[in-house]
Amino acid sequence: MTGSVEKDARRIQFETSPSTERDVKPILSVRNVSHAYGRDKAVDDVSFDVRSGRTTMLLGRNGAGKTTLFSLIVRLLALQHGTIQIAGQPIETAGARQAHMVGIVFQQPAIDLDLSVRQNLTYYGRLLGLAKDDREERMKEELIRLELSERAEDRVRVLNGGHRRRVEIARALMARPRLLLLDEPTVGLDPATRRSLVSFLHTLAQDDGLGILWATHLVDEILPDDTVVILSRGHIAAFGTPQDIMAQATCRDFGSAFEALTQPDRAE
Amino acid sequence: MTPSHAVRAMHGVLLREILRFVHQRERFLAALVRPLVWLFVFAAGFRAALGLSIIPPYETYVTYEVYIVPGLVAMIQLFNGMQSSLSMVYDREMGSMRVLLTAPLPRWYILLCKLLSSTLVSLLQVYCFLAIALLVGVQFPVAGYLAVAPALVLTGLMLGAVGLFLSSLIRQLENFAGIMNFVIFPVFFLSSALYPLWKMQESSELLYRLCSLNPFTYAVELIRFSLYCKWNFEALGVVMVSLGAFWALSLLGYDPKRGLTHRQTG
Repeated sequence: MTGSVEKDARRIQFETSPSTERDVKPILSVRNVSHAYGRDKAVDDVSFDVRSGRTTMLLGRNGAGKTTLFSLIVRLLALQHGTIQIAGQPIETAGARQAHMVGIVFQQPAIDLDLSVRQNLTYYGRLLGLAKDDREERMKEELIRLELSERAEDRVRVLNGGHRRRVEIARALMARPRLLLLDEPTVGLDPATRRSLVSFLHTLAQDDGLGILWATHLVDEILPDDTVVILSRGHIAAFGTPQDIMAQATCRDFGSAFEALTQPDRAE
Repeated sequence: MTPSHAVRAMHGVLLREILRFVHQRERFLAALVRPLVWLFVFAAGFRAALGLSIIPPYETYVTYEVYIVPGLVAMIQLFNGMQSSLSMVYDREMGSMRVLLTAPLPRWYILLCKLLSSTLVSLLQVYCFLAIALLVGVQFPVAGYLAVAPALVLTGLMLGAVGLFLSSLIRQLENFAGIMNFVIFPVFFLSSALYPLWKMQESSELLYRLCSLNPFTYAVELIRFSLYCKWNFEALGVVMVSLGAFWALSLLGYDPKRGLTHRQTG
């Protein structure tokens, strides 16, 4: 009985997203997705959309199911239940064109420390199948945009954490994606670097019209215009703008609302 | 996937593997030192103790050093396959394997790129080893150095596929050492790498049968015969069937339905 009430509440919250947004076709659509490791449910009946030009923050404590959800979206794990669509097409039937639409920054660093920044980006450009001229042009563009031009020939090993993250973001943007997936991209960075990265990524969504899905457990990374999906114990505890969520939790600040809506999650 | 995309991606993966190999000098040295120790120390000691009869492909008596070199070449490829497997488990833990597996390419093609890059690195190691062996007087017919190349590609692919399959089974880096001990040593010692099978049969029929069932034995024999520009169809057949089987198992192992990663926090 209680479970049914919770599900209804979640559905109501999900459908309360502004009607203008509902009219725009989402770049990522997650519907009724569940995933279990054996008997342990990591993601439970999760539904939400990510729209172009918007940053959607997937907020949850450690173990809430964020990484599992990311792994499902990028097909590192197979869907057990529900549907995930990118640009209107189910991911199971996705081809290379759809994969080109997605840029990914993983929680764990995924660049080769022994190669230079340029070699890492060239490698990824080749995986994308980009011709040399196109590859060089995109690489130059991203190196400038992420202020890495002067470090292009440096081995990644000698870069600090903030620069390494920028290389990862440059790599993800080389695909010129329509959807950018960020799995805790600021983990391990100092506060100043974190602030600058948060600001850069939010601007990117607006300027490039990218849909961004950003998993985090840090409430200070959320801006007032963001759409927030709060994940707790694998299911959606709240959905909406930060203002909506504070109103729902009857809290005056977002941090308290997050605390009130979530409980400590089990370790994954 | 268009043909040009396939070629560029393959180029990218091969080049990355070679660059990593060049940057990791210790790995290159370790790959060479291991067989050289066997050649200079082990073989020198065994030469006196082990008498070899004339068996194909040899047409005359050969020194133990000459006999052991094909086995050591296969050992280089075996270790390289395992090293590649370790690097894949490490890459998966560290994340770079995720980048590769989420690239807009079919998964079988991504794994093929990895397999070919590992084989290419093993060929570089093998020819360096053969050059050093030549310098100390262990030589083969000149044409043999060319004739062995296709055999090395096949055996490299087969042993690389074994590594690929193992990497799909290992969920955490910490489990790797155990698997290595259970694979490398039995596979190497239960083969014709160090002693001809008839010698093994003289001491133990059971061990002889185990050696005969070991695909690594056939990889060694394929290399041995090729170095003398001779065919060994039985070895060729077993290597190809083993390659197909381990390749199929690897594809199964990396099927997303099985799940690539162990559970992670987040």
